[in-house]
Amino acid sequence: MTLEPREHAPLWLVVLAPVAAVAASLVLCSVLILWTGQPVLNAYRLLLGGAFGSSFGIAETLTRATPLILTGLAAAVAFRAKFWNIGAEGQLYCGALAATWLGTGMVSLPPVLMIPLLFAAGAVAGGVALLVPVFLKTRLKVDEVVTTLLLNFVILLLVNFLLEGPWKDPMSLGWPQAAPIVDEGVLPVLLAKSRLHMGLLVGLAAALLVWAAMRWSVWGYEIRAVGLNPQAATFAGISVNLTMLRVAMISGGLAGMAGVGEVAGLKGYLTLDLSPGFGYAGIAVAMLAALHPIGVILSAVFLAGIYVGADSMSRAVNIPTYIADVLVASSVLAVLVSLMFVRFRVRWR
Amino acid sequence: MTLEIRGVTKRFGALVANDAISLSVAEGEVLALLGENGAGKTTLMNILFGHYTADAGEVLVDGTALPPGDTRAAIAAGVGMVHQHFALADNMTVLENITLGTESLWSWRSDAAAARRRIREMADAYGLAVDPDRRVDELSIGEKQRVEILKALYRHARILILDEPTSVLTPQEADRLFETLRAMTAEGLSVIFISHKLHEILAISDRVTVLRRGAVVGTVATAEADRESLAEMMVGHKVARPRVEHLEPGSPVVELAGVTVSGAGGARLLDGVTLTVREREIVGLAGVAGNGQSALAALLSGTLAPAAGDVRIDGETVARFSARDFIARRVGRIPEDRHATGVVGDMAVWENLIAEQLREPPFWRWGRIIDFAACRAYARRLVEQFDIRGAGIDGTTRLLSGGNMQKLILARTLDRSPRFILASQPIRGLDEGAIAAVHQRLLDAKREGAAVLVISEDLDEILGIADRVVVIHGGRVSAPLDVGAVDARRLGLMMAGDLAHGEGAAA
Repeated sequence: MTLEPREHAPLWLVVLAPVAAVAASLVLCSVLILWTGQPVLNAYRLLLGGAFGSSFGIAETLTRATPLILTGLAAAVAFRAKFWNIGAEGQLYCGALAATWLGTGMVSLPPVLMIPLLFAAGAVAGGVALLVPVFLKTRLKVDEVVTTLLLNFVILLLVNFLLEGPWKDPMSLGWPQAAPIVDEGVLPVLLAKSRLHMGLLVGLAAALLVWAAMRWSVWGYEIRAVGLNPQAATFAGISVNLTMLRVAMISGGLAGMAGVGEVAGLKGYLTLDLSPGFGYAGIAVAMLAALHPIGVILSAVFLAGIYVGADSMSRAVNIPTYIADVLVASSVLAVLVSLMFVRFRVRWR
Repeated sequence: MTLEIRGVTKRFGALVANDAISLSVAEGEVLALLGENGAGKTTLMNILFGHYTADAGEVLVDGTALPPGDTRAAIAAGVGMVHQHFALADNMTVLENITLGTESLWSWRSDAAAARRRIREMADAYGLAVDPDRRVDELSIGEKQRVEILKALYRHARILILDEPTSVLTPQEADRLFETLRAMTAEGLSVIFISHKLHEILAISDRVTVLRRGAVVGTVATAEADRESLAEMMVGHKVARPRVEHLEPGSPVVELAGVTVSGAGGARLLDGVTLTVREREIVGLAGVAGNGQSALAALLSGTLAPAAGDVRIDGETVARFSARDFIARRVGRIPEDRHATGVVGDMAVWENLIAEQLREPPFWRWGRIIDFAACRAYARRLVEQFDIRGAGIDGTTRLLSGGNMQKLILARTLDRSPRFILASQPIRGLDEGAIAAVHQRLLDAKREGAAVLVISEDLDEILGIADRVVVIHGGRVSAPLDVGAVDARRLGLMMAGDLAHGEGAAA
C-alpha cells in the first residue's frame, strides 16, 4: 500500500470526508452500546434528542459549546503557526482569576464598561500565562508542549491555593469558592429560563474575527507563512519570534476569555471545577475543524451536543455517560484519518 | 556480465516517469544515461536497483530477470549503486562502513584483517586510495565517493551505477574518478554513468542513451556524437546560450572586508573574506560544495551576522543583519534551496510573489489589511512578464516545476530593480531552457546596473556568465581573476585548496 499526495482534492471529498468520519465513529461506538444491551438506534435517537430535540437541550448544548468555541480557537490559531499550545486549560483559569480579581468588588462600573473590562483583563491574563513558554521556546528552543502542559498544573494549584486561602468566600459554608462576581459584571442571559449567556456571542464574534484576520490581515499571512515554512518566512523578512509571540498572545487571550465567560456568565463565581477540561477539549475541537475558525464553531457545537446528549441519554437508558468521551475521541481520530484521505490517494499494491 | 532493461514503465499518478524504456549495457562498457532533471533517470535506476517496482517491463542480468522490488536480489546479482548523496555513517571507519551489513549476525567477531586486506587489494587495483581505518567524517568528498564505490565492489558488484558522481568533485577529482572507471571496465566491469554534463559523458562513455520526458530518445555511440547533437537530443531543440557582453564596471556596491563567520563548535565557516562586487559586473564564486558558500549566501541574505569584519552596501556599513534590512537596502536574493528557503510551497503563487513587499503601502490598507486587488494585479503582471507557467496566480506554489519556481523568485527579486543580486546556485536542478532564461535575466540586470554575485558549483556556469571569478576553499576566498585569464583546470587546482595558484594572473 502506498500513499500518493493529491495535487487537488475535489470539493465533494473535502466536505464528505469529515461527515463520513463522524458516521464511522458512530458505527464503531455502536459496538459499545450493544455491549450494554441497549438498542443502538434508540440510544442515538435519545442522544440526538437530548442535545438538539428541545429548546432546553439546544440552550444547554450552546452553553456547553461557548467555552469550547473559545478554547478551540485558541488551539486552532496556535496550531496554524505550529505553536503547540497544550495549556489552554491553565490559560482559561488565568482568565477566570483575572475576572474574579477585578469583578468581585475591586472595580465597579456600569455593565457596558464592566463586561468588556472583564473580558479584556481575562484575555491579558491568558496571554501572560504563555509569556514564559513562548520566550523559552524562541530564546532557548525549549519544547512548548512540555512547558504549556506542565503550567496547567501549576496554575491549577495556584487556583487551589487562592480558593482554599486568601480568596475563599466566607459566605460559602466552607466550600472552596471565591466571592461572586458583582451584578454589573455578570453576563446577561440570552434566552429566558436557560443558562445560555452572552459568552456565546463573544465566542461567535471571536471566531469571525479570527477567520477574517487569518485571511485578510498581514498578521494572518505571517502566521500562516511561519507555520507552513519558517525558513522561507525568515528569508522573506518575517520575524518568526515576533510572530510566535503574537500567536501566543492571541491564543492565550482566547482561552482566557473562555474562563471569563464561565465565571461571569455561567457560574457567577470561581470554583475549582470551573472547567471539566475545556482547555484540552479545545484541542479536539480545533482538530475536528481542521484548524478552520468557522469550522471551530460547528465542531464545538458538535462536541457539546455529544456531551449534553449523552447525559440525557444515560438518564433515560442504562448507558454510562462515558460513551460521550469515547464518541468524541473516536470522532477526532476518524476525522484525522479522513483528512489523510483528503490529502493523499491510497494505492493498493 | 550484461544488463538489459526491457520496456520498463513507471507511473506516479498522471505522470509517466518512465515510458517503455529499454536499454542494455555490455560487459566492460560505460553506458552514459543522459537527460535533463525530471527526464526519469533516477526513477529508472531506482527500479533497476529494486527501490521501486515497475508497472511493466523487466530488468535482466545475464539474461535472467531480477525479481521486482527486491534490492537484495539486485545486490546478489552484482548490481551496485553509488548515490548522489552518500549513505555513509560518519562516525564509523571506512572499514566498518564497507563491511556493514555483509557479515553474519550470528558470528561473534568480525574478520577485520581479511576485510582490510581485500579493501587494500581493490583500492590498489582501481586506484581508489583511501585508508580503511580512518573515520568517514575526516574524509574529503572525493574520498567518501571512493568509499561508496569500494562498498559496492566489496559486495562483488559487476555492474556499477553512478548517479551524478561528479557534481561534488573538482575537475581533478573527476579525472581521477574517470581513471578508476577505465581501470574497472578493463577488468570487465560495466558502468552506468548518469549525468547531464555533456563534456564528461563525451570523455568517459562508450555509448550514450538519451532520455527525455521519461522516454528513450535514442542511443548513440559516443565516438559519433558531439556536444551539440547530444544537447539537441536531450532538450529536443537547439539551445541558444545567452550572449555575455563585458561592460565597464561602476562603483562598488557590496564590499566585504575581513569577514569571519563562526559556526557551531567554533569552526570558521568564513575566514577573513574580502570581496568586492561592482555595478555592471557579475562575479562568480566557484568552489566545491561545503566550503563556506552557504554561510556567505546567508550572510549576504541578511540571515546570518558575521563574528568579525565589515560588510558595506553602497558604501554604508551594515549594522543590522536581518532579511528585512537587506530587502530595504535593495539586495535581491536568490536562495540555494528554493523549496526550503525560497517559497512557502503550500501558499498561493500570488502570496509568494508579494512575500518580500507585504509591509509596503501599495499592498495593504488601513494599517494591516491586505489589499487583495492590488496584490493580485501585481502578481498577474509578474506572472505575465516573467512567463511563470504551470499554475495561475491562485495555484499552489508547490506544484510549479523547478524552472517556474525559480522564475517566481527571480520575478519578485528583479522587479524591485535591486542594487545587488545574490544568486546562490541559480540553475541547480533546472533544464537547459530554464537555465538560459535565468542567465538572460541576470545578464539583463547587470546591464541595468546591478552588481551580481553568482555562487555556483558548476564551473561551466561561472565561466559562461561571470566577468570575474573568485574561488572559495575552507572559508577563504581567493583574489579575483579575470574570467578570460582562467580555465577549468586552474580553477580546479584552486578549488582543491591552492588558492594562490591564480596569483599573478589577476586582472
